[in-house]
Order: sequence, then structure tokens, then C-alpha cells
Amino acid sequence: MGDGFVHPYVPNAAPEPRRKLLDAIGVGDVTELYAAIPEALRVKGLLDLPPALPGEQDVRRHLEEIVARNQPCSGTWLNFCGAGCAQHYVPAIVDEIVHRGEFLTAYGGGTYSDHGKNQALFEFQSLIGELVGMEVVSTPVYDAGAATGSAVTMACRITGRGGVLVPETMSADRRSQLIGFAKPFASVETVDRDPATGLIDLADLRAKVSAETAAVVIESPGYLGLIETQAQTIADIAHEAGAMLIAGVDPISLGVLATPADYGADLAIGDLQPLGIHMYAGGGNGGFIASRDESRFVAEYPSIMFSIAPAVEGEGFGFAWSTMERTSYDTRHDATDYAGTTQWVWGIGVAVYLSLMGPEGMAELGRGIMQRACYAAERIAALPGVAVPHLGQPFFKEFVVDFSGTGKTVAAVNAALLEAEIHGGKDLSGEFPVLGQSALYCVTELHGAAEIKRLVSALGEAVR
Amino acid sequence: MGRPALGLIVNPIAGMGGSVGLKGTDTAAILSEARARGAVPQAGARAAVVLEALAAARPGLELFAAPGEMGEGIAREADLRPSVVGAPAEGETSAVDTHAAAEAMAAAGARLIVFAGGDGTARDMAAALGDRVPVIGVPAGVKMHSAVYATSPRAAADLALRALAQDIEARPREVMDIDEEAFRAGAISAKLYGYLPVPYAPDLTQSVKAGGVSSDRAALSGIAAEIAGRMEAGRLYILGPGTTTRAIAEALGLPKTLLGVDLVRDGAVIAADATEAAILRALDESPPGAIVVTPIGGQGHFLGRGNQQIGARVVRAVGLDRLLVAATPEKLASLRDSTLHVDTGDPDLDRALSGWRRVITGRGNETVCRVAA
Amino acid sequence: MTDRIGGGFHAAHWDEPLIDEIPGDGGRGLLPPKVDDAIADAVGDVPAALPEGVRRAVPPALPSLPQHRVLRHFLRLSQMAMGFDVTVDMMGTCTMKYSPKVHEYVARLPGFADVHPLQDPETLQGTLEILYRFNRVMCEIAGMDAFTFQPASGAQGIYTNACLIRAYHAARGDGGKRDEIITTAFSHPADAATPAVAGFKVITLMPGEMGFAEVDALKAAVSERTAGLMLTNPEDTGQYNPHIRAFVDIVHEAGGLCAYDQANGNPLLGVVRAGDTGFDMCQFNLHKTFSAPHGALGLGCAAVGVKAHLERFLPRPLVTYDGERYGLDYEQGEGIEKIRAFIGNVHAVLKAYAWVRSLGAEGLRAVAETAVLNNNYMLHHIRQIEGTTIPWPKNTYPKLEQVRYSWEPLYEETGVASHDVLNRMVDFGVQHYMESHVPMLVPQPFTLEPGESLTIAEMDHVLGALRRIAEEARNAPEQVTAAPHSAAIRPIDGDVPEDPDCWAFTSRAYRRKRGNWANVKRGLGGHGGGYS
Repeated sequence: MGDGFVHPYVPNAAPEPRRKLLDAIGVGDVTELYAAIPEALRVKGLLDLPPALPGEQDVRRHLEEIVARNQPCSGTWLNFCGAGCAQHYVPAIVDEIVHRGEFLTAYGGGTYSDHGKNQALFEFQSLIGELVGMEVVSTPVYDAGAATGSAVTMACRITGRGGVLVPETMSADRRSQLIGFAKPFASVETVDRDPATGLIDLADLRAKVSAETAAVVIESPGYLGLIETQAQTIADIAHEAGAMLIAGVDPISLGVLATPADYGADLAIGDLQPLGIHMYAGGGNGGFIASRDESRFVAEYPSIMFSIAPAVEGEGFGFAWSTMERTSYDTRHDATDYAGTTQWVWGIGVAVYLSLMGPEGMAELGRGIMQRACYAAERIAALPGVAVPHLGQPFFKEFVVDFSGTGKTVAAVNAALLEAEIHGGKDLSGEFPVLGQSALYCVTELHGAAEIKRLVSALGEAVR
Repeated sequence: MGRPALGLIVNPIAGMGGSVGLKGTDTAAILSEARARGAVPQAGARAAVVLEALAAARPGLELFAAPGEMGEGIAREADLRPSVVGAPAEGETSAVDTHAAAEAMAAAGARLIVFAGGDGTARDMAAALGDRVPVIGVPAGVKMHSAVYATSPRAAADLALRALAQDIEARPREVMDIDEEAFRAGAISAKLYGYLPVPYAPDLTQSVKAGGVSSDRAALSGIAAEIAGRMEAGRLYILGPGTTTRAIAEALGLPKTLLGVDLVRDGAVIAADATEAAILRALDESPPGAIVVTPIGGQGHFLGRGNQQIGARVVRAVGLDRLLVAATPEKLASLRDSTLHVDTGDPDLDRALSGWRRVITGRGNETVCRVAA
Repeated sequence: MTDRIGGGFHAAHWDEPLIDEIPGDGGRGLLPPKVDDAIADAVGDVPAALPEGVRRAVPPALPSLPQHRVLRHFLRLSQMAMGFDVTVDMMGTCTMKYSPKVHEYVARLPGFADVHPLQDPETLQGTLEILYRFNRVMCEIAGMDAFTFQPASGAQGIYTNACLIRAYHAARGDGGKRDEIITTAFSHPADAATPAVAGFKVITLMPGEMGFAEVDALKAAVSERTAGLMLTNPEDTGQYNPHIRAFVDIVHEAGGLCAYDQANGNPLLGVVRAGDTGFDMCQFNLHKTFSAPHGALGLGCAAVGVKAHLERFLPRPLVTYDGERYGLDYEQGEGIEKIRAFIGNVHAVLKAYAWVRSLGAEGLRAVAETAVLNNNYMLHHIRQIEGTTIPWPKNTYPKLEQVRYSWEPLYEETGVASHDVLNRMVDFGVQHYMESHVPMLVPQPFTLEPGESLTIAEMDHVLGALRRIAEEARNAPEQVTAAPHSAAIRPIDGDVPEDPDCWAFTSRAYRRKRGNWANVKRGLGGHGGGYS
């Protein structure tokens, strides 16, 4: 390459600094610095890439044009799809903080260089701890699916067992993530869903739990929206067998729903995205793991964990990475899980969100979401041929809508909704064929009476 | 717990032979020769580096020192006020003085003893102390085959400070020594004399007491499980000395001599502390399973140092592909030149063993290390 | 330079309490939207009707603060963090570089941020187009045939490689037979850890005299049990193994696959390609090499690339393009199980794509060459700082992306350790360095990676700081060992976070356990971070 590439991102590629650097190190040409790379392996000439757009306005226009081909869930459009990624309100201050360059472009700094980042992450751990009623929370993990896999294998190591029971209603994606991850460590078995309640079939659970069971996993609310009202009984069954209870929760429900600690869960996991993070087509997801404060739990966490610690002199405090020899950074080939870059800046966003909402905010928000979802489900169930199974069971923000009685497929219904500028619920007909032509709907605080009315009338049109 | 009391023992003549081409100073005659050749004491200067660092970090440190140039002098130079234990030496110091000082410090309640010297000094310490008091060796001798030394005086000081500040685990490390006469004649014949407890701090910047099992312990049990899992019925297994091979025996529910070579077949010890002849006889009776050896910490010999019973004839009888070397990743990382060594006394065999060899480092895991003769 | 420590720098020092200890008098930070009367009248207080034990009994003890105080709290915290936007960060193996702000602007547009992963692909054409276009770009950069962007970090990307190797051998009926992965001691720990998590045994090659693994070591490691090779090159030491092609051939001959962890791939952009080197698959960190922000330790994304013969094993969904419309193919086929929810961290893909488009082919090559040039400039000057050494003196090749240095002479002379220097750096207003990953084969290590973004003056500032710290180690060592002095906080007790009776990961644990702190030794501590 000739000398003289000028670009704002690569200052020393310009002729003058480049020459200065070469002179300083006593090298005539940059290619001499690649002496270790055999000639035969080197790229000849330049890569065949699209033309450069070095001007900022050009690259911005190019991206804006592409992004404009999305039809987002905002503006005049409505979205009722959840299924692991939910559209909630994102407070302006959360956006402000997660885009602070000091946080966004930080990385591996330590106790002293990144004190503020560390405190924000410690507060993330603390506030999630308050939500779930537990004393140990690690820094964020990738997503709820990864959290499930890590929690399940933690339970296997703690109990020395290899069997795991999960609800039949677990999403196909999460099940896939779990099975793929746990394959070398655990065998995953499904507990039937009680068709009458949509909840875990306790008789089947009792039949399947054994001295080999490391953990029973429940989800409350479950993938299909229902609150697992038998959680305490399930915990008792698990504990009697010497197994652990892992509770998957929707953290935004915990202003109104009992905490995993309340019903005896040993480990709690969930997704962070509902707590003030934009969806980003799934890029907003992030996970958490929580437990009691016992060494045998802490020793098995895969991720980095901040502990608070006092100043050596005076009253101050700071934060340090604790017990790093747990992690794959130290164990290398002896690793049983892996640590790495995850979704920390979303964790900071969650800390901001929960600080803004406060106890009353979370209670009011949770109540409001349940009211809206209930209202929407009842209105939709009133449409001819449309059913909402388990309408009498408590659910949080999601519920199944069965279109089988209308003769329409979910695909057809969703296509009609698109015409009305509505993103419909997730089509469950492939994932849960037993439910027929059903879709999973998600209603949040973004949906008031007017929005729900618009959905119901569009659905009415679609199924007519 | 009382105030942390540190013991200091300097073998002032350690290392004097090395600078003038004499290999060790274990006898009075050699020492005279060394002095005649112009050797000057060095161990005191090395110990002084340690003491200065200790004094800077803990000015009021309670210190037991051996008398005179065996510690008291440099302690005073470092502005520490030592309690002197043991009687001053008459003339040149000797093993007797080291032994007496160590004994007295243990009796006086020392929590840790720092000694400056070489393998001869380490032997004296081991003989006097057994596993009663943890020690840290400050490398100062000509012969340095033991695994009890810190990598430098500075590292010895840091480790001592850490051990005084908190309860950290001490682990047994090899005390080796060689026959000086043979050494001066150009041959090395090292013997494993025992073990001294040395504070365990894998990395001063890292945690050493996490909630779970330390990674080094986990690796040790992984190694044990791996080798136990490979054992076949009816075959003879030759377990060399050391804590790594002891862990293997423990995994099999068997006793193990720490210093000796034990023979195992079908889940039973058929001979403990076996001689080379006994091993060869056993090999006449059973098909070979494997030789299992572990390198000596720091210096890396896995054959020819302290396990001469597993001589060239034994190795050849068992077969080179049945020679299993096991070591925790941490032990490998501690090797001064990242290299393992062999010295079987059979140059052809040493050559055959040189190159790159798989070392068992855990359950299912191995590390490929360089082996040099 | 003035006499003030660090030449006048002092970090913001807000003494900001934990958020749950800020007095707020029951303030409200945000009011959820009021529930319409029509809804409330129709359904009543739904949660109140929940059975006891299902309803939350005690409200969560979250802060009760007015909105501005929450904002102020987190802004103050942000001022006590050293992101790349505010200062130089040369943390080795992390590839810190400028993350262009225009990317943030676009990523925040509702058209990109407020889209649902399961909405009809017809309404997701923009996001899918970016995924598709960047897939083509990455294939050219890496010499591969297909990519997935599902993994959300380098470690997850390497894990994905391990899963691909597992699936490949399983599909050939070799699953149980080929169970060993070979890596090197100086590859990132994830190259050893993630295959172990995927169920493989791991064989680690120790470095030879040149500091990198030797061909003979590999020959001693391969067998009919070899499933694959997973390594970085250049390794975390900054050294490129010139025998890499022989490595690939030996593993292929043994029947294994080769995975190229391009965590240190910045100096190779447009210079050498994983595919041309013979690798079957690779992974790049978009949050490192491709400028997507590191996000305080995430929002990462790994681009995992494969040759055609492995394409069928990529995790689903795959992005499709029929010449007009983009789509998502969920058909499972032989694809490995899902790695990450949905389609991955698409915001990182958007930013990486934008970065490549801004630079073009010539620009990528300039990035690589400049990073190498900057690195050798640092090497040239650090070599001259008394107290440093460069390990493996026999290896005289120029280093590529970073260098693993050693402060061993300084430590032996003064007792000042690499970790002390690290803490002292913060007083000079720069992010500290990374010491080393495990295994710590180099004594008193430090690893610096300048990357391509910095100016000469910025590099000189870091060099000046290191030079001055080395002088202090000789003349005023306590200045270094008691550091930092000008950071956001003063030294903390390093024992508390390691002691089960004292550690506290949440404020509720802190309130319960802080009484135990008095019993702990007050040793200087605090983790320097430096992992990635």
C-alpha cells in the first residue's frame, strides 16, 4: 500500500505520522513488520469490498436508507408480539445513560480506573437482588436462555447429579439453547403440561423426579404467559428429592408477583430486556442469575461478580472482581462454563430503570400490565370463533389466542393485521402443534384501551 | 492468634563454592578451599534484600534470628530488633547450627521461617522441622534442586508478607540434595530427602481462597481420576514419589510412600518403597501398565532426580510410550524455563525421551511440554 | 510537567453513595402510564385477586428518588469510568479503538432499535439486509463461505466453533472417537475453556524457545482422537506463528478441523485471511476489531465464519436473499442448537458494517498496518525503559497487534510489581494495562495493544507515564505501591471480596455482612480488571 491514506479513524496512516513512526523504529516500509507471515499466505492486492464511504454523511445516508426498510413497532404501528423479547417503555434517562461514552466504550478496567462502571454494575446486582429476593446476583449473562443453561449446570455441579426437568411449555429456542449447552453435563427431560390448567402436571413431575434429578426448572410467568401458581408445591417436591428449584421469571412482573425466594427457589434466572432496553430485534436481550449467599453457589457461578469492599483508610468503598478462579479465565481447559464479554451496558440500563421506577412504580406498572393484558384477552376471547384458553388462570402479560375455531391460520390473521399496521402475536402452530392455530400475544403498558380496541377490531376483521 | 513471628536463618557460607568452581560447601575442607580461592559470602546479602523489604512493609515485625551472621546481623542492619535464638557458632557455621536454630524457633512459636541457603540448608531444615513450621527458601546455594525456594529474594519477601498477613495454606515441596563428591566428579546423583511445607500463593495478584475448591486442587484430583481410569487389570503400575502420585494412590484407595516408588497391580500395592531390582523383578512377573512420575517443582526433572529407582532399565522394560508424566498446570507454569528435564544416566535413553511429550494435567486434559536431557 | 501526581490529572471524585443509600424522601423517578378507566372498570385490580403466595407480599426495596437525582447519580458514576471515549486504553488483547459516534446515531433510530425479532420478515428488510451485506463482507475479509452473527461475544463465538466441530464429527459417526481439541498456552483462555464446555478433552501446547508453539509439539499431540485445532495467531503475546500453515496441514492430515480465533485479528485485516491459511472456520470479535463499542463488557458480537463444507451446521435462523427480498430460514436441518436468543446482537453488526463501509478495502489494510506500526513504536520505546524485558529474545520478528512485556528486572531491583505499576497508571489519566491471561508464564507481565486509533502524542503520554513510574519505583517506591492517588477512589481492601464471610454482591448482603469486615486484614487490593 502506498503511503498516504487519510481517514479520521486512522490518524497515523497519514503520510507524516506514518513516516515519523517508521523513522523512529528504523524501518523503511511497513511490510517489513509482517516478516513473521510467510509470503505465500499474504493477500495479494486489496480485498474485493464495496467502495469506501469515508465521508460521515455518506455512510450515515447509506445506513439510514437501509434502516428505513424496517417497519418498526413504533410510530403509528402497534406490536403485540413478545415470546422472549417484549416491547416496553424505555425511559429517556435509560437511553441517556447507556449511551454515555464513558460507559459504552469502557471495557476491562479495574477497581480504580472504572469505579463508576463497577458501582453501576454492583447496583444492577443489588436491584435485581431486591426484585428476586436473593443476596447473590452476578453481572449480566447473555440472555435468559444462557442463564438457564448456566443455572442448570450449576445445579448439576452442586448436587453432583445429572438430571434436569423442564416444563413442556418452555420455548423451542430456549430449550434448544439449554440442550445444546448442557449436553455434556446433563440430560434434559420434559415435564408434561396439565391440559386443564396449562401449568406443570404435578403427577407427572412426581413420577419423573428422582435421586438423579439435579434441578427442576419452572417458568413463572411461563413462555405461554401463565403464572405457575403451584410453585411452592413444585419446590417442595424438588427439595424432597434433594433437587434444586430453578425459577425463570419475567423481572418486570416482580412488583406484583411473589419472588422466587418466597416460594423456595434455589436459583432465579430471567431476561433483562423488559427492564428498559430497546428490542433491537433481540439484541436487547440480556440475562441474570441469582441465588442465596452460600459459598457452594458462589463457587459455581460462571460470570464475573462485583463485591463491594471498604477503603483501606477512611470511610469510602470500592468494588472488585471476586473469586476469579471460578471462571474460565483461570480454569482454561478445566472449565465447566465460560465467561466473557456479555451484555453489561444493558445491566447498567437496568440499574437506571429500576432506580427510576422504585417500589411503587414497579407495583403500579405490574398491576397495570396485568389489567391491560386481562382486558385485551377478554375482548379477544369474545370474538366469534376465537378462544383464549386458560382465561381463568392467572397470567401476566402474555396469553395464547386460539384461532382454530375461525378456520383461519395464524399466518393469515397476522397478514391481515399487517395491513392494519399491527404486528400480531407469535405463531405457535409449528412450535406447539397441540395448540392448533394459536398465537402468543403480549400486552404491555404501551397498550391502552385505544390500542387494544384497535387490535380487537383488526382481529375481528381478520377472522371474519 | 499472637503476633506473627517470623524466623530467619542464614547459612552464610551457602553458595560460596559456586563462584569459584566448587560445587557446594558441605564439608569444612571444601569451604577452606573455597575461601582460599577467594569466595565471599553471598547468602547474607540475598537475605538482606528480603529483610529490608519486610522491614519496610512491617516495621515492628517480631523476628527470631539465628545468632551473628546467621541472621542477627542483617536483621539489625534492617532496623529490626530480633530475638536471638540458638547459640553463637564456634568458628565456621555448620549443619548443627542450622538445625539448632530451626529447632529453637519452632519451639519459640515461629509461624514461618525464612532461610537463605541451598539444598544442604534445606535438608537441615527438613530434618529439624519436618512439617511443623512453614518455610520459604531464599535461593542462595550452589545446589538448587529442591522445590522450596522462591524465584528470587524479592519474591520470597512478598510471599512471606502474604503468609504473615493471613492464614494461607502451606503445601509440601520436595527437598532434594545431591552427592557433592559425585557432583564434583561430574555426575549428579540426587536424592529426595523429604518435604518442607511452603506457603501456597499461586499468584500474588490472584485470589487464593475462593468459595470453592482451588483450581490446583481440582487439577490434582482430575489427574488422579484420569490415571486411575486408565489402569488395566493384571498390569503393573510404577508410581514414583511425590504428592501428585500420592493423589493417584488415594483415588484408588491405596496408601503411598511419599519418598518411595510403590508398585500397584489390580488395585493393590504389591510393593512399597521398591528398589530398582525389585521393580525389575516385578516386571518379570506382570506385563507393564505404566510408569507414573511427576516433575520436581521449579526445576522440572521427572527422571533421575529423587526417583533413581526408576532407572533406564526400568524405563526400557516398561516402554517409552508407557511413561506417564503428570503435573498440575500450575506446576508446569512454575518451571523456570518452561522445560522438563530427564537425567537417567543413559544418554541414549535421555535422547529418546527428549523432544515434546504429553503431560497429563487433569481429567482428560494434557499439555505438551518440551523435554530436555 | 508539574509536581502534582500524574502531571495534574485527578479523576472525578464524587464520593457518590450507593443508590439505595441516597436520601430521597419517597421521591418518584417515573410514573407508569395511568390505566384507562375503561380497563380498570372492566377487570378490576387483577393482581389483588391473585392467591396469597403468588402475589408479592413486600414491595421490592428499590430506591425512591426524584428523576433528576437518578440521572445525576448515574452521570456521576459515568464520570468515574475510563472509557475509550475519554482516555487512552491500551489494554492488551482487548483491541480498544475508536467507536464512531455516527454509528450510535443510526443504531438509536426507532427504525432499528424498536423492531421485534419475530415480526414479519417483510417488515424487517433493513435489519436483514445489513446482516446479509455484512455476511458477504466478512466472507471476503476472512476467505470463508458463510457467516453467522448469532454469538454475542468472542467466547461465545469460540464456543460456537467448538460446537461446529462437535457437530461435524458427530455427523460422520466420529463423535465419540474424536474427542480432543488442541490449543496453545498463549491462545485466549476461551480457546481451551469453550471446547471443554462442549465436552472435549483439551491438549495444550506449551511455547517453544521462540515463544510460540512448535510443529514438533503439535506432532506429539495429534492422533486419531484429534477433533480439531483452536487457537489465536498472533497469540496473546503479539507473536505470529510462522508455521501456522504446517499446523493446519498436520491437523487436517490427522482428520481434525481447524478453527481460527481471530480475537487478535486486527493486524491481519486485508493482509492474511483465515480461509487462505487453510482454516475451516474462524471467529472475529465485532466489538473489538470492527469498532462496535465494548459496552462496559458487552454488547459484543462474534462473527463466526465457515467454509462451504460446514455451512449446513450453522445455527438457525439463516438470513436468505432471493435477489429481491431478504428472509429468515428457520429450518433446523443439521444446524447446531441455538447459541443465543433470536438473531444476535444486530446493533454490533450494524456498527461493524458501517465501519467497514467507511474505510473500504484500502482503509482496512491501513488499519492493520497502522496498528502494527503503532505497536512496534511502543515496543521500540518500552524496550529502552530500564526495568523491562521482552520475553523470548531469540524471537526477533516484529510483533503484530500487541506485546507481552515483563517488569521482572524492575521487580527484582525495587520490589515494585507489575500490578503496582498498573494501579499507578491510573494516576496519569489513562486506563491501565492488562497483565496477562493464565497461565502466567511470563513473570511480572504486562500487555499493551495500542491499536490504530491513537495519535503519536497519546502513545508518548503512556510511554512517559511508564518511564516515570519506573523511575519512581527506584526513587520513591511507595508512590507506586500505594497507588492510585488521583483516581476516583483510594485503595480498597483486597481481602473482603475473597472472604465468604465478608464478600457482598448486593446491597442487601452488604447491609447484613459489613459488620464482619472489621475482622478482616486490611490488605491493599482491588482487581485490576484486564480480562476480556
